[in-house]
Amino acid sequence: MIKVEGLTKRYARTVAVDNISFEVAKGQIVGFLGPNGAGKTTTMRVLTCFLPPTAGSASVAGFDVLEHPMEVKRRIGYLPESPPLYPEMEVSEYLSFVGRLKGIPSADIGRRVDEVTGRCAIGDVRDKLIAKLSKGYRQRVGLAQAIIHNPDVLILDEPTSGLDPKQIIEIRELLRSLAGEHTIILSTHILSEVEHTCDHVIIINQGKLVAIDTVANLTNRLRGSEAVQVEVEAAGGHPDPTQVQQCLEQAPGVSRVILKDSKDERLRFEVESLKGSHIRAELARAVVHAGWGLNELHAVGLSLEDIFLQLTAAEQGADEAPKQGEKTQ
Amino acid sequence: MKNVLLICRKELRSYFASPIAYAVMAIFGLIFGWVFFNASRDFVRFTLLQSQEGGGTVSVNDSIIRPLLGFAGTIGLFLIPMITMRLFAEEKRMGTIELLLTSPVKDIEIILGKWLGALTLYACVLLMSILNLALLFAWGKPDLKPVLVGYLGLLLQGGCLLALGTLISTMTKNQIIAGIATFFISLLLWLLSWYTAFDTNVTAQVLGYLSIVTHFENFGKGVLDSKDVLFYVSLTFFSLFLTARSLESLRWRA
Repeated sequence: MIKVEGLTKRYARTVAVDNISFEVAKGQIVGFLGPNGAGKTTTMRVLTCFLPPTAGSASVAGFDVLEHPMEVKRRIGYLPESPPLYPEMEVSEYLSFVGRLKGIPSADIGRRVDEVTGRCAIGDVRDKLIAKLSKGYRQRVGLAQAIIHNPDVLILDEPTSGLDPKQIIEIRELLRSLAGEHTIILSTHILSEVEHTCDHVIIINQGKLVAIDTVANLTNRLRGSEAVQVEVEAAGGHPDPTQVQQCLEQAPGVSRVILKDSKDERLRFEVESLKGSHIRAELARAVVHAGWGLNELHAVGLSLEDIFLQLTAAEQGADEAPKQGEKTQ
Repeated sequence: MKNVLLICRKELRSYFASPIAYAVMAIFGLIFGWVFFNASRDFVRFTLLQSQEGGGTVSVNDSIIRPLLGFAGTIGLFLIPMITMRLFAEEKRMGTIELLLTSPVKDIEIILGKWLGALTLYACVLLMSILNLALLFAWGKPDLKPVLVGYLGLLLQGGCLLALGTLISTMTKNQIIAGIATFFISLLLWLLSWYTAFDTNVTAQVLGYLSIVTHFENFGKGVLDSKDVLFYVSLTFFSLFLTARSLESLRWRA
């Protein structure tokens, strides 16, 4: 549905998007993830024909953004970072203006407005001036505006920013209900958002594509190195934390040991393994061998948050640590 | 065309939802009314004097309507920046320009719609003066044709300055800057005619031709000259063409 090839966008002095390529299939929800200033908004603006690319190409439903902008625009619903609202209009008036602007025939306008106000739960503010709406309502009116012409592709720039947790859940549910018939790209820098809503995730950092995969795969891929939580108890005596730490570090396959917590005679560590090695058995053996009690031993999964930090950090530190850089390419 | 009208309606709706439209119309109505009052009072006194001395009749068209229409254009010079300053600057500031530029509407349709909306408001403003002139028609016998030509001239002149203001509004996010810049550039175009007052060489002729007011003189007299119509129309087109280019450059720079 969406195809981006070698897309580059250069501003006067900076390269906002540097040679990124990806594809999105019909009906998918794709999360566009990256720290602030990574180039998410720029990429979205290219896809919506707001900005022309400096190099490379982007197409939506087979139409190139430069050659057939009208066809692309007809098929896209776009919610920019700040919803594009006219404060002096009433909600229903605004929606029917946007509907006409998007080319809905006059006869269908009323029906479409009713439908999207229902879907976005803004029925109770239909006749209010947009200037009087709260941030959450404005965001939802923005979303209603994006879906009014039932577009094939929805491009949403931080759709849940500024909403309270309940509203965020509502928006997520709405997005999930829209998937399937619509292809959705949403950008965010909030990771749980991607975990909850998206099938696929595209991570970009400093204009470069860092990773593109399904959310599940990405989590697995990075879990090649596992993290284990160990709680050690020394019956009767106070164990020396450094001694225990050294003992754990000496176990085969361990790359890093961090003391998390020490309470009375209990010590809690987080141990990370080298890539591809399984260390739980080794750790258990080491602890028992030293004569301490093993209270707890379990694997902790890396959250998307950790992955994101690892990926983006690796990208930044690619010069100093080329090995880590390779892993993410 | 459907899109042009859609944008035009939206602009008019915004003008009349905010105080701008009413303020502009009120300012114009007050100033024009005051000048009209003085002009007609002087005219009455003058004709009374004239008839006592047994002189000929004085034309209402020449002594009241012509100077007043010229004066209406001058007030327009001050009001037009107030009308055009928000057209694009406000959309840029509010981010709604993203909505317009990502909708299946051509740039030129957006520009024409906005310009047409501004022109309609300006026509409403000029309509305020008709209230005054109607009095002349009620109690006097002015010629209607020169009045109509005069109004056509005002609209053409206004359309020209409105197009210029639209162009300037695409260049900034700040309404105030757009308004001030439009005012000074219009003023400059206005004052170009002053150079011709004492000179008749080529420079003077060129500058005189470029001035916005010199082309209104004929309209004021009730003379419809294609040369003047062409001047206003071509300057309007040129400004709107530059607006389209400016909007396009916005995409490349933004």
